[in-house]
Amino acid sequence: MSDILAVAEHRQGELRDVSREVVTAGAELAGETGGDLHVAVVGGDVETFADALNLEGVDTVHTVAYGEEFNHDVYTQAITQLADALEPAYLVMPNSVNGLDYAPAVATRLDVPLVTDAVGLATEGDTLVGTREMYGGKVETTTEVDADQVAITIRGAEWEPTEAAGDATVEAFDADIDEDAIGSTVTGFEEVAGGDVDISEADLLVSIGRGIEEEENLDLIRELVEALDATLSSSRPIVDAGWLPANRQVGQSGKVVTPDVYIAIGISGAVQHVAGMKGSETIVAINTDPNAPIMDIADYAIHDDLFDVVPALIEQFS
Amino acid sequence: MKVLVPVKEVATVEDEFEIDGTTIDERYLGADLNEWDDYAIEEAVQLEEDGVVDEVVTVTIGNEETEQTIRQALAKGADRAIRVWDDALEDVDLLDVGAKVAILEAVVEAEDPDLVLTGVQSGDDSFGATGVALAEAVGYQWGAVVNQLDLEGETASVHRELEGGIEELTEIDVPAVLTIQTGINEPRYASLRGIRMAQRKELDHQTLADLGVEADAVAGDLRLTAMYEPESESDTTVFEGGADETAAQLADLLREKGVAQ
Ligand SMILES: Cc1cc2nc3c(=O)[nH]c(=O)nc-3n(C[C@H](O)[C@H](O)[C@H](O)COP(=O)(O)OP(=O)(O)OC[C@H]3O[C@@H](n4cnc5c(N)ncnc54)[C@H](O)[C@@H]3O)c2cc1C
Repeated sequence: MSDILAVAEHRQGELRDVSREVVTAGAELAGETGGDLHVAVVGGDVETFADALNLEGVDTVHTVAYGEEFNHDVYTQAITQLADALEPAYLVMPNSVNGLDYAPAVATRLDVPLVTDAVGLATEGDTLVGTREMYGGKVETTTEVDADQVAITIRGAEWEPTEAAGDATVEAFDADIDEDAIGSTVTGFEEVAGGDVDISEADLLVSIGRGIEEEENLDLIRELVEALDATLSSSRPIVDAGWLPANRQVGQSGKVVTPDVYIAIGISGAVQHVAGMKGSETIVAINTDPNAPIMDIADYAIHDDLFDVVPALIEQFS
Repeated sequence: MKVLVPVKEVATVEDEFEIDGTTIDERYLGADLNEWDDYAIEEAVQLEEDGVVDEVVTVTIGNEETEQTIRQALAKGADRAIRVWDDALEDVDLLDVGAKVAILEAVVEAEDPDLVLTGVQSGDDSFGATGVALAEAVGYQWGAVVNQLDLEGETASVHRELEGGIEELTEIDVPAVLTIQTGINEPRYASLRGIRMAQRKELDHQTLADLGVEADAVAGDLRLTAMYEPESESDTTVFEGGADETAAQLADLLREKGVAQ
């Protein structure tokens, strides 16, 4: 019993990138265990998705034709039934917002241990060794699990997406969905964060985080933005606090930006923030903490107090 | 209607720290109310203030020292608190999702809440899974990453915050567990009056035996075997010197890149 079951994700008719990433992670595990890699896709246009998921390393794509969009009750039922049928040693799911909404339920229903947000996976005999971060990315840990079956969610963009085509078999899986057990209904989608400024268009972003401490201190940053003729963006807590509108938020749930230069001021570099700005050409971090995770991706850094550096920088341009 | 809010005291880490085995040396650790739980408490208290909810109960897995954090939740308006601790938990260095759920499941069974509001994740171990796993264990409905909530009768109408500025609108049958995302509200500061009142609120300590949970249920399946500082992936050029010098170097860089004059 050393097969792998990876679960794809789609939204509004599109496979999401993480689907090809779970395939990569699953294929790596299958390479170690010598088992087969099964991929499941639930809901939507499963035929088209199955074609796209016929990727290198995949042995079988299982399609569950039920519903259009994600529904966690359907996913939980379909995936646990597939797991019961295939008895995979490892289930690999995305640590996406939807992954957060069904993977823990799948693990609980199957009564198996759950390793979330893995950034690395390996096996040693029957032991799964997962690499995870703790304390907002300040440390990395290895976590070991011995069990016949383990549920895993993987962090997005940590595994290269598999692009090469494969020769997988496609099988329709006839999941027995109990409609009475569906206790939630998706009624629609809404886009947020529209508005006057599009930070994804800017060449130079001055981005501020919780290091600013107080709303009135934003004036200092505005002064810098003006001196540099830059565009102002921020990490999430600034938007949560209502100090800036949602269209200024960079990150997983905000905007993805790719400026020539991104200046992260008082931003720790949490994974959900980095998801939105790691494609910037040059990243500059100003942060008192030399161990802040943002330093791992910064091209240039100043390990100092923003309240000293920012006024000095304004001085340079006035 | 009764709301249960699991509240966690998370460990915070100073800028400079040392690792001692599989933990950060205690000298560099502080403690704080988990950021996401703060929003969950606020949401519950607002529901009570709106007359939709009659009682807000918090539950914390933690030793006596966590009472300071629990009092914060009480000062913000929760009505009473339960703290679960036991010798069996003393030596567990990673309380994994299964172990947390074993405890919280027993509390849900004892309290029988209509709604459980947890944070999306905790700032220290960041499993991001306890709420949904708990829902499944107790047979409640659920919704993860909720940033808007309207309760009407037996239905919770929520917005789930997906990636890329898209929200999903979902209707969820109650009883339910919702995992609360930051930004759903504006958590209040505990007022002096609130802090005084919190001292008089009930904070009930329960052991595993009190809850009918077997000691081996909390041992967990995950073993933390190593902790280390992540290797830096990029070659970062660090500008050295006082603020004037570093600012001048950064100014040169910005001019060189052609993004500022
Ligand atoms: C589902 C989900 C989605 C999310 N989506 C997003 C998203 O889209 N965007 C986003 O940003 N976050 C998002 N988050 C939140 C994310 O996890 C972090 O909480 C957030 O990014 C932290 O913001 P921050 O870096 O500003 O604050 P902190 O992590 O608090 O960091 C503040 C930093 O400022 C530094 N600092 C403090 N004082 C000073 C000073 N005087 N001078 C210089 N530096 C100083 C500190 O050293 C620290 O590194 C999401 C979380 C979840 C769970």
